[in-house]
Formats: sequence, C-alpha cells, structure tokens
Amino acid sequence: MRKISLANLDTLFKKINENAALYIPATDNAGGAVYTKYADGVEYLDTLNTVRSPKDFFFPQSENLMEFKVTGKNIELFDIREESEDFVVFGVRACDVKSFEVLDRVFLTEPVDSYYANRRAHGVIISLACTRPAETCFCTTFGIDASAPAGDVSAWKTADTLYLEANTEKGKKLLETLSDILEDADNSEVTAQQESTREIMKKLPLANLTTDAFGGNKTKDYFDSPLWEELSETCLGCGTCTFVCPTCQCYDIKDFNTGNGVIRYRCWDSCMYSEFTKMAHGNSRNTQVERFRQRFMHKLVYYPENNEGLFSCVGCGRCLSKCPISMNIVKVMKRLGGEN
Amino acid sequence: MQKITRDVILEKAISMLQSGEVSAVLGHRTGEFSYDVTPSVFTDAQDLKANFVWNDFCGANFSKYLISKTKKLEGKILVFLKPCDTYSFNQLLTEHRFEREKVYAVGIPCEGMVDIAKVKAEIGDGILSIESTDAGVVVETLYDGTKTIAFEDVLLERCANCKSKKHVAYDELLGDEGEVIDSNRFDEVERLEAMTPDERFAFWQGELSRCIRCNACRDVCPACTCEKCVFDNPNSGVENKAPTTSFEEKMFHIIRAFHVAGRCTDCGECSRVCPQNIPLHLLNRKFIKDINTFYGEYQAGEVEGSRAPLVDYTLEDLEAEDVFKKEGE
Repeated sequence: MRKISLANLDTLFKKINENAALYIPATDNAGGAVYTKYADGVEYLDTLNTVRSPKDFFFPQSENLMEFKVTGKNIELFDIREESEDFVVFGVRACDVKSFEVLDRVFLTEPVDSYYANRRAHGVIISLACTRPAETCFCTTFGIDASAPAGDVSAWKTADTLYLEANTEKGKKLLETLSDILEDADNSEVTAQQESTREIMKKLPLANLTTDAFGGNKTKDYFDSPLWEELSETCLGCGTCTFVCPTCQCYDIKDFNTGNGVIRYRCWDSCMYSEFTKMAHGNSRNTQVERFRQRFMHKLVYYPENNEGLFSCVGCGRCLSKCPISMNIVKVMKRLGGEN
Repeated sequence: MQKITRDVILEKAISMLQSGEVSAVLGHRTGEFSYDVTPSVFTDAQDLKANFVWNDFCGANFSKYLISKTKKLEGKILVFLKPCDTYSFNQLLTEHRFEREKVYAVGIPCEGMVDIAKVKAEIGDGILSIESTDAGVVVETLYDGTKTIAFEDVLLERCANCKSKKHVAYDELLGDEGEVIDSNRFDEVERLEAMTPDERFAFWQGELSRCIRCNACRDVCPACTCEKCVFDNPNSGVENKAPTTSFEEKMFHIIRAFHVAGRCTDCGECSRVCPQNIPLHLLNRKFIKDINTFYGEYQAGEVEGSRAPLVDYTLEDLEAEDVFKKEGE
C-alpha cells in the first residue's frame, strides 16, 4: 500500500494530469457534484455521489458513430472513430465501480462494442472508499463493500492521508509513474476505517434490504403481478431514473441529416419513454405500466438471468433522491417481495 | 409546518370513500424515509389509514394527474389541492383537459413545502428522520445528532416566493382561506434583465448545460398536456433525444417556455423536479412578467375560462411596431 499526505493532493492530481487527462468530482455550481477535467483552479469536492454517474466516461449520452456523404447516386461511408485519449477518473465510489462490470457484460461481449471498448481500454479508475454513506445507500444489498471499492487503483481518504493500492496492471503502471511522490504505508489506518464504515452500513435504514426474492427464473413470479399497476400509477414517464442510473445502458441509433449527408449517432434512450422500442409495426409496450415493469424486471430478473445472477442495480441511491415522485427500486423490491 | 393536520384530511378522505361519494382519493403515500412521499391513488380506507401522508414534503401538484385518472376511473375522484394547485386545476379546465364533474376538489391550506435538497445542503447526508415542529424542522442525523433548521430556510423556492394562499377553485374548503400575496417572485427575473446580453447568455448556458434531457420538467408540467409531444414524435422532424449542446442550451427549454407562455400558472413543478437543479421557472416567469407588461396583469388559472392574452385580441393590444420602437426594453 502507498500513501500521500492530503496536503499534497493537488501535487498528486498535477502529476497524474501530466500523462493523462484527469477527471475529479467538483462542484456543479448547483448543489451537486460533476466529474470535471482537472486544471488549475478546479477543486476536488469531497462528495458521496456525483449527480451523473461515471458511466458517461465509457458510454456518453450521445456520440457520433459514422458519417455518410451523398453525392448524386453515390453514398460514401466514413469511419469517424478515433483512438480515445488516456484518461484517469479519480474518486469513483464502490457502487459506481461495480456498475462498470454490469456495463462491460453488455458492451464487451461479442459482438464487442468498439466505441465503448476503446474508451474502456484508455480509462484508469481510481476508486474511493466511502466513510459517510447516505440514508439512500444500499450497495450492501448487492454484495458491494463500500469500504473496499474495486477499480484499477483503490483509495482511502482519512483525516490527513490518501492511501492507494493498485489492483490491476493499469493501476500498477499508474502508481509507478507516481512513485516519487508516494510513500510506502502500512494498512492499519485503512483497516480501522473499513471497520468503522462497515458498522455504519449496518445502521443505514436500508441495511436489511435483500435480493432474496429476485434473480433469474423469476419472470413468471412477477411479470403478471397486479402490483405493477399500483407501483407505476403516478409515474411521470420521464427519464430521470434511467439517466442518473449508473447501470442503465439502453440507447437509440438515429440519423441526423446534414443536408448533403448523414451523421449516424447514438444516444441514451429510456425504457420509460413512450417511443422506446417503437418499430415499424408500432410499440410493444403501450402503457406506462409495461414500461415501468420493464425497467425493474430488467434490473432484478432478466439481467441476472443472463449474467450468472449478477443484478443490474448497484444500490447507489441516485434514483431514490432524484425521482420526481419518489418511486424507486427499493420501493419496488419491498412491495413485490411482500415487505409492504 | 402545516397548520392543517393529516387527521383532518384523512377523515375527509375516509368518509367520502366509505360513503361512496368518491371511488378514489389522490394523496401522498408514505415512503422509506420521512421525505420521499409518492403521489398515489387510494381506493381503500384501510390503506388510507395506514399509508396516507400529509407533511412538509407533499409538494406534488395533483392537478395534472386528473387528466389520466378521470379517464381511467369509474366514479368521482377526490383530490386535495393546495392553493397553487388550484390555479393549474382551473387552467386545465379552461383547456378542457378533464371532466369537472368527475372530480371532488377539496382545498387545503399550505404553509409552504420543504426542499429536501436544501435540508441536505444544510446538514449533509445521513438523514434518519425529519419532523416539523413549531421550533422548526428537526432532523435526526446519522452523523451529527439532532439538528433544527428554520422552516423558512429550507422552503422550496416557489414557496419562499409564494404568489397566493388563496384557492381559486374547489368544491369544499378545509381550514382557513388565504389571500393572494404580493410576492417577490419577479426579483430574480429583474436581476437577469439587468444583465448584459453576454452575461445573461453565460448564465443560461451555465444552467442549461447541466440538462440531461430527462424530460421531467415537461412530464410534470400541468401546461404540457399534448397527447404527443413534438419532441417525442419521430415523424415531427424535430424529435430529439440527444442533448447536443447547441440544442439544449438554446432551444428545448426556450421552446417549451414559449409553448406554455400565457398558460403557465407559475406552479414551479419544473424546477422542483429537475434532477440538475436548473431554475427553469425563471424562463416562465420572464414570460409572465412580459405578458403583464405588454397586455396588462394576467394570472393564468385565476379564473376558469379566461382568455390568455396571447390567444385573445383587444384593440388596446401592443402593436408589433411598438415593440420594435421600444428596442427590446
């Protein structure tokens, strides 16, 4: 394990930034945090979760895929893919790190999504252990330890020190480039912090939420449940939950007419939207009940069915704090699971 | 804290449901925490007793739900309306969006609703419980013991600048009726008007660049009731899911503000639900203020059936050339 005094945090950021673009959580000037490209004057914000999740780094909200140029009857196709720059993201929480595993299983299995893979290959994640989880946190439900985040490098911040431990080759390489500003450290302070955080996690209001009632092969148990109607009764059909969610990965591919050609792009889509899955014959999910059901069945049943039991929720709590009607996966799990 | 209690409202709801006068009640349902209440349709008295909530977090404007719920439900639906909700209620009736006779509207007084984001900004994460008392909002926290915050300090922006405590529509009123308030709601608009165009552009660019195009502002808006929004229609040619910078920062929200101009009652739901805390209500207030200036004072929803200045014509209307002469002032 290596360490650096928090007084030298800026030195660390500068050093990382010499070799790769560094992104750190900073204020969004509206009460929240947003990953911001490090530069002089950008201050690290000690925050639990950013409003937008870090999935944006690998799966941006919109990106151009290819271009077509039309001349007379000829259509020319342009591959506009570019190699991503090397970048480092600092301060990713354990839940969000876990979300990358969920996304990887979607985008890195055959056929591999080359756009996603390109950015994934160039990105290095420095995670950060939690010490003050919020009441909306429930990562333990999904087997995540907030005090032992994964990532290429794991970090722990104590009162005056930042501890760092490399977990992957990419992580080791990064720490090597920082070797002259890092010191060797023993892990006693980190262990103490982990014990304290784990005790706090046990006291959180959602500490007892389990996934016992969910998983693959549960489709028939819930698909026709009358509870969907009740749970989705006042859903606005907006895309907030899906867009702040670190694991939601649905997208649409669309063409933009440039006048003499086409830019084909993709952008996040939301299963909550009325035109989602719209095809030539129409829409397969005509009401909000069906759209709402799709979102939660995907996270709690379909995804685990196809991914060895891995759930596609990481308990980050963003949807709990951002849904305009405060309807969310916790309420759905409790109601469907028979808790209330 | 609210002056009218849960018990008074609950009693009304249960008696109307049990007598069969209404078949459903629109109310707030308990959440996981003290503050995450969910708008809900209650059809059972036991359910009401167990789960109905009335507290400082019941901010949602129920008027828009009446469009879908009156179509869906048999019989009448009971809805409790805060003063600001009644303006939306009237406006929707003016636009013939639901059948009045299918609704039993009970006006309830409101002392203003609390913004949980402001509470969190004040005390941080780790809220175990929140209770409103005469002394203020008492928050039990995981990390810092119990803290008390002044109610006025954590009000939703729209409530801090409340325009009216008076109900403009109801079948029955519970509690005391209030008055229209001479609020300071245009102060922030005036501050923006005083900026140079470059400063103002920078302000809005800073705000709107956070937009994630979740459409929550539109979907919650009681003035946005098109059967199919042009932005959701692949055949419209302007369907737009991707928040490309140029579109978001310059077009979507401005187009929406134009579309609801003269119909927006300034209920403030757009800003309340925005996950990115964009002060969208300021765009609408600018239009309201301009309409007041150009056509005389007009409050959308104040009178059912009133003609909004932008869809009405009088000989005194400002001519286009007069606007040019004023050079945008």
